[in-house]
This record gives sequence, structure tokens and C-alpha cells, in this order.
Amino acid sequence: MASHTSTPLEYSTKQNEMNILGFWIFLGAEIVLFSTLFASYAVLEGSTVGGPAQGEIFVLKDVLIETFLLLTSSFTMGLALHQMRDNNKTAMLVWTVITLLLGAGFVYFEINEFIHYVHEGLTMQTNAFGSAFFTLLGTHGLHVSLGIGWVLMLIIQILRRGITAVTARKFFIVSLYWHFLDVVWIFIFTFVYLKGLM
Amino acid sequence: MDLSNFFVTGDPLILGSQIAIGLTMVGLVVLITYLKKWKWLWEEWFTTVDHKKIGIMYIIAGVLMFFRGGVDGLMMRTQTSRPNMEFLDAQHYNEVFTTHGVVMILFMAMPLLIGIINVVMPLQIGARDVAFPKLNALSFWTFFVGAMLFNVSFVIGGSPDAGWTAYMPLAGKEFSPDIGNNYYAIALQIAGIGTLASGINFIVTILKMRAPGMKLMRMPMFTWTTLVTSVLIVAAFPILTVALAQMSLDRIFGAHFFTVAAGGDPMLWLNLFWLWGHPEVYIVVLPAFGMFSEVIATFSRKNLFGYATMVLSIVGIAFLSMLVWVHHFYTMGNSAAVNSVFSITTMMIAIPTGVKIFNWLFTMRKGRIKFSNAMLWSLAFIPCFTIGGVTGVMLAMAAADYQYHNTMFLVAHFHYVLIPGVVFAVFAGLYYWWPKMFGFKLNEKIGKWHFWLFIIGFNLTFMPMFFIGLDGMSRRMYTYSESTGWGPWLLLSAIGAFILAAGFAALVYNIYWSFRYASRDIGGDPWDARTLEWATASPVQEYNFAVVPEVSDHDEFWNMKKAGRTKIKREDIKDIHMPSSSGIPILFSIALGIVGFFLVFEWITLAAIFSVLIIAGLIANSFDYDDGYHIPAEKVWETERKWRGDL
Ligand code: HEM
Ligand SMILES: [Cu+2]
Repeated sequence: MASHTSTPLEYSTKQNEMNILGFWIFLGAEIVLFSTLFASYAVLEGSTVGGPAQGEIFVLKDVLIETFLLLTSSFTMGLALHQMRDNNKTAMLVWTVITLLLGAGFVYFEINEFIHYVHEGLTMQTNAFGSAFFTLLGTHGLHVSLGIGWVLMLIIQILRRGITAVTARKFFIVSLYWHFLDVVWIFIFTFVYLKGLM
Repeated sequence: MDLSNFFVTGDPLILGSQIAIGLTMVGLVVLITYLKKWKWLWEEWFTTVDHKKIGIMYIIAGVLMFFRGGVDGLMMRTQTSRPNMEFLDAQHYNEVFTTHGVVMILFMAMPLLIGIINVVMPLQIGARDVAFPKLNALSFWTFFVGAMLFNVSFVIGGSPDAGWTAYMPLAGKEFSPDIGNNYYAIALQIAGIGTLASGINFIVTILKMRAPGMKLMRMPMFTWTTLVTSVLIVAAFPILTVALAQMSLDRIFGAHFFTVAAGGDPMLWLNLFWLWGHPEVYIVVLPAFGMFSEVIATFSRKNLFGYATMVLSIVGIAFLSMLVWVHHFYTMGNSAAVNSVFSITTMMIAIPTGVKIFNWLFTMRKGRIKFSNAMLWSLAFIPCFTIGGVTGVMLAMAAADYQYHNTMFLVAHFHYVLIPGVVFAVFAGLYYWWPKMFGFKLNEKIGKWHFWLFIIGFNLTFMPMFFIGLDGMSRRMYTYSESTGWGPWLLLSAIGAFILAAGFAALVYNIYWSFRYASRDIGGDPWDARTLEWATASPVQEYNFAVVPEVSDHDEFWNMKKAGRTKIKREDIKDIHMPSSSGIPILFSIALGIVGFFLVFEWITLAAIFSVLIIAGLIANSFDYDDGYHIPAEKVWETERKWRGDL
């Protein structure tokens, strides 16, 4: 059963194959969505009229903590998937819960970060930079939060039903989503934070 | 938002509509209750996941929206039919051209095309449904809720009035303080979710569910155009999503994407809008091209000329369509170099388009053409669309466009591409596939009335606009003086518009007449057609194909008929798996509609509270493990025997 050479469980039915392909295409749409947000940010990042500039408010330490949490969560998500392939339900769920905790930690630090900016005088209503910044970051953060809720649902389903073709497919898809958000974060880290601090 | 402004008051036209809408709603509810049809509606339609029924609901909604948009159009042509006319005031005129544009493109063209795709495409590839039937229902219901939300604007709260392009900063809070443009931002967003989902759904369906042997290069042309259009949807709609979100944030939450004083940039809206908007015009025209290809091949009784170049030019058009958006604002401060680049990419689109035109002509060459109604629409399409295309190339020349831009010449151009391209195609498609959907043909004689009235009306309405446009009349003008000399042209145009409306009325009458009197005895293949959808019963059995056909070449059904391979055997029939109906799509969409409505009125707390419904919908869906059911082979065999007769 737990062989790595045969077709993985999540690909075992035609419907599963189609769901996974459909999700890849959805991720394509997500790439367009985030590209548009990045492009808008690039257009508006200089428009800091009446508010602080990037360099004045970004705190590298907080951002590094967030980055660490999210990248690690991607790794633990990978481990959970690995355990799923080995049909190891308990270990899979343990890694999944760790992933969730790391994700929640990320969201916690991000909210703190936002509160910090508000105290520094930057909100979405301050200027165009604020609008573009909070929309880009907020969209990503919202995705992570939704992802947390989604994974929670799956944990319940896996507890109730075990690792079946359907739950495996659902979990595989959510893991794709999770890794995708990680990749988006790397772009945010580079083009928003590092660039802003330079 | 002050509650006293909740209903729009003070205009007799609108009061009349409010009363009419109220009475119709009450009447419908009473009628359905009286006929005891609620259960039937809920079980057979509202919760259905059958691609054919969903397609039919799309088509009905599209026709209704065509009517609504058409009334807007007639109101505009009436207002400009004489100099200094006082039928609509400036504000009302602004609202009417705005809703006309939005309704026609997003709520008429899109649903009619997606509806026909829904019905036909899975049949053409020999599939039993789309890849994600429940998602398909969700697509329909989000579109429908979005459309309804947009449509109530003119009686509740006020219509958007900044054009279908909603240029910033005009459409922003500062210059459009009323809630009208909130409707634009929110309703389009809700409908857009459904469109994106359709795009994904169709791509997976086509890539994964084709009958054995149907290689990509053996697919019917309509399926090809559906595939490419779906890719364009996935590539373009998320851009609209972001643009609309930014608009909503600006208008409802006080953000500054587009307000210059706070560093925002109105050109950001223009770029994003047209980065979606130009591909969008090809999203609607490509499936239309596909329909013409099917109809022309069938009624010329030949296979499509230049299949491979057809496919190549569709892909080429789709690719180029992402690279031309700046041609919509040549006049807005680009450098000459930028304008030149986009001039060239724009003109290049004419090349693959021309290839397609010649392919259609060569398909007809030496064919034994049968002048059915579907074919008539296809024949009329070619010259009319070519006029639109040639004037498009005129507009594409950036330097010359300083003269044409935002004049009636432009209006004439896009109506000459959109109406022959999309509306004629939908008519051709309806006449052609109507028997597949409903089991009877539309009447050909009444259809001729429909055709000639519409064609004459169309040309009379829009041809004069080329001339008054060149003479300097800008678009969206609600009044003009007699000294301009435009009066006679615009009167002609108004007369044309009413002839066109009479054509539409003839179609509605045709539907009514045929529903009552047309013969039901037409068999599966009334046109002696070529592709697999005609291998099914009319109307199509719920499971589509009793036995999935094996495909060996293009136009497989034609080959099957020639080789006598249309019969099926009892032992080939297995139990057929079907997806179950689901109430989640419609309920989830209604939840979106409620939250959207509160957002339109900027009642943020209420919107936040009711968002719980949306989350509940997502959770309910996550826990929905319904696996569908099976139709026993015996029952399938019965059904097949009934319509085939000869087994
Ligand atoms: C040979 C192909 C075409 C070319 C070269 C072309 C070129 C253009 C250009 C340059 C404009 C902008 C003019 C201006 O604003 O001054 C334009 C506007 C427009 N075109 Fe085309 N076009 C072509 C085909 C089409 C097709 C196939 C459609 C739709 C099915 C279409 C729909 C529109 C619409 C809706 C607008 C105006 C939108 C607005 O401003 O409200 N065009 N076209
Ligand atoms: Cu364009």
C-alpha cells in the first residue's frame, strides 16, 4: 500500500486527477491575481505622501520571524504529506497540526506588524502606498488565514474517515495551496521588504 | 447611506418600472404557488448540476438580459433621435449607457456563450458532464446573483453612471458620491467568480474528458475555441478581480489607489481595466467563431477548410489579445514609441482574423449550401464583421486614432464586431442547437422575419454612426443642436434601432410559436450534421451517451453515419454514474448576494455579520461527501430503445 513507486493515492481516481489539475489551473489564476497586486504595488510604492516611507517603519526582525515561521510551515506541510503517502495517519496529523500552529504564528506576527504600522501613522487610508501595501499583504494574509480554516476542516475529515482517496486528494490540494502561499511570501519578502529597506 | 434614498424616486419612468417589477414578482410567486411548481423548480432546476439544464438557465437569463440591455439602447436612440430632445436628462442618459454596456457584455454576451458552451461542448467531446458539475452550478448562480444585484440598482439606490469602463477618477467617490458605482464594483466581482470557475471547469473538461481517440487536433472547432477562451478567462479575469477590489476599497473603505491627491494613479485603473477588457472582447468572440465554424461546415456539407490554420489562428488571436490593451488610450499621454508598439500588435490581430474569414469562405466554396436560418446568420456575419474589423485597423493607427477616439466612429466599430461576432453567432447557435436542447426546431419562416428585420435594423442603426463620428460627434452625448447637421443620421439610427427591436420580438414570437406548434418528431440529427452532439437524442438524455463513442477522425459522427456505426449494443451498456443535485451552489451564491448588497450600501457591520453565511457555505461544501448515484444499464437501454426505435 505505502509504496512510493505506484501511483500515489491522491491520483488514484479519474475524478481526483481532474480535481488536482483544476487546482493547478486555479493556482495559475492566483499567480495572475498576485502579479496584478505586485504590479499595482510597484506603481504606487513611491506615493508616500503624508505618511512614513518604507524604510522608516519596516522592522527587519519581525519580518524575518514571519518568514521563518511560514517557510518552516511549508516544510512541515511537506512532512505531513510524506506521512500521508506512507499511510501514517497519526504522524501525518501531528505534522499537520504543527503546520497550523506555525501558520497561526505567522498570522499573529503579521497582525502585530500591521498594528505597529498603524501606530507609526500608516493605514490603508493614509496614501496610495498604504493602500497598495495593505492590499497586497492583506490578500496574502487572508489566504493564509483561509488556509488555516481549510486545513482544520480536513483534520476533522481525516480523523473521521482516515486516509482515503478523497481525503488524500483534498489534503494534497491544500498542500499545493500552502506551498504556493509560501512562494508568494518569498516575493513579498524580496520586493516589498528588502527593496523597501534598501 | 440615508434610508430615505433607498428607493429611487421622482422619475415617472422609474416609478413605472418599480411598479411593474413589483407586480411581476408577486405575479410569479402567486403563479408558481398556484401551479404547485416550487418543488419541481427546486429539484429540477435550482439544485441541478446537469450541464444541459445549467446551460439552458444561462441562455434564459442571457435572453432576459438582452431584453433589458435592449430597452436601455432604445431609450438612448430615442433620446438622440432629434436635436434638443427632452426624453432623458443628462444624468439618466449617463446611467442608461452605463448599464447598457455592462449588461450587454457581462450579462448578455457572456451567459449566452457560456450557456451554449455548457450545453454543447461536453456533448461534442463525448463526455457525460463537465469535470466539476457542482462548481458549474455555482458558476451559474454567482453569475445570476451578480446580474440581479446589478439590475436592481436602477430602482434601489440608483444606477452606476460612469460608463461601462468606469474610468477613474470619474467613477471614484469624489465625482460619483452616490452608491451607483458600488453596484458596479460589487456585482461584477460576484459574477466574475463564476466566470473564472467556468473557465477552469471547461479547461479540465476538455483536457481530461474527451472520448477515447479524440486527440486535441480532432476536436470540433467549437470545442477548440472554448478551450482557448477558457485559457483567456483564467489569464484575464483575475486582473479584473483586483481592479474591482481596488475600486471597492477606494469607494467603500477610503483607500487611495486612484485618488491623485493622496498619490494614487487613475491610469492604474485604465491599464488594469483594459488588460482584462481587451482579452474580454476576444473571450466573447472566440466561441462565436467556433459556432460559425460548426454551422458553416454542416450547411455547406463539407468539412472545415484549413482546420490546422484555424486552430493556429485562434491561438494566435488569443496570444496577441493580451498585448494590445494600450490601444484603448493612445490619447492619454503615452510616448510615441509606446503607441507605435501597440499600434503594430493591434494591427497584427487582423492577420489571424483574416485567415479565419478566408477559411470560412473556402469551406463554402463548391459546397452544397443549405440556406437554413443558422446558415443565414453565418453568411451575414462575414461581411458585417469584416466592416468592424477593417474599421478596427483604422482605429489601430495611433496617430489617426486621435481623430476617431471616443467618437461615434468607435461606437460603430465595436458594435460592428460585437453584434455580428457575438449576437449573430448566438442566433446561429440557437437555431442550430435548439432541437438538441428542446426536441423541436425553431420555425424557419418566422426565423426569416427575425433575420431580415434584425440585419436591416442593425445596419441602419450603426452604419450612420461611422459618418457622424467622422464628423466629430463624440460618444455618450445626450443632446446636440440642430446646426450640427447630425439630426437626420441619428433619426435614421433610431428608426433602425426599432426595426432591430422588432427583429428581436420576432425571435421571441418564434420561440413561442415553435414551442406550441413545431413538430416533436425530429430524431437525433435533424440537420444531418457532423459532430458527436448529434449522436444523442433530442432533447438529450440525462446521461448524454449510453456508450461513449470511439473517435477515429474529425467530424466523427459524419464518419459513423457513413460507415453505419451509429447503432449501439445492449452488452456495451454499463451502469452510468451521475452526480447528485446540490443546494449548496444556489444558497452560497445568495449569501454572496446578501453580503454584496450590504457592501453596496456601505453597511459594513451587517456585511461582516452576514459573511458568516459565506463561511458556513464553504464549510458545508467541505463536508459534502455525496458520491452521486447510478442509472442501471437496464434503464439506459429502455431510454435508448425509445428514441432510437430501431434497436
Ligand atoms: C481586427 C481586429 C480589431 C482591431 C484592430 C480593433 C481595434 C480597436 C481599437 C484600436 C480600439 C480603440 C479605439 C479608441 O478607443 O479610439 C477598439 C475599441 C473597441 N473594440 Fe476593437 N478591434 C478589433 C476587433 C474587435 C473585436 C473582435 C471586438 C469584440 C468582439 C472589439 C471590441 C471593441 C470594443 C468593445 C471597443 C471599445 C470599448 C470602449 O471604449 O467602450 N474589437 N478596437
Ligand atoms: Cu481592444
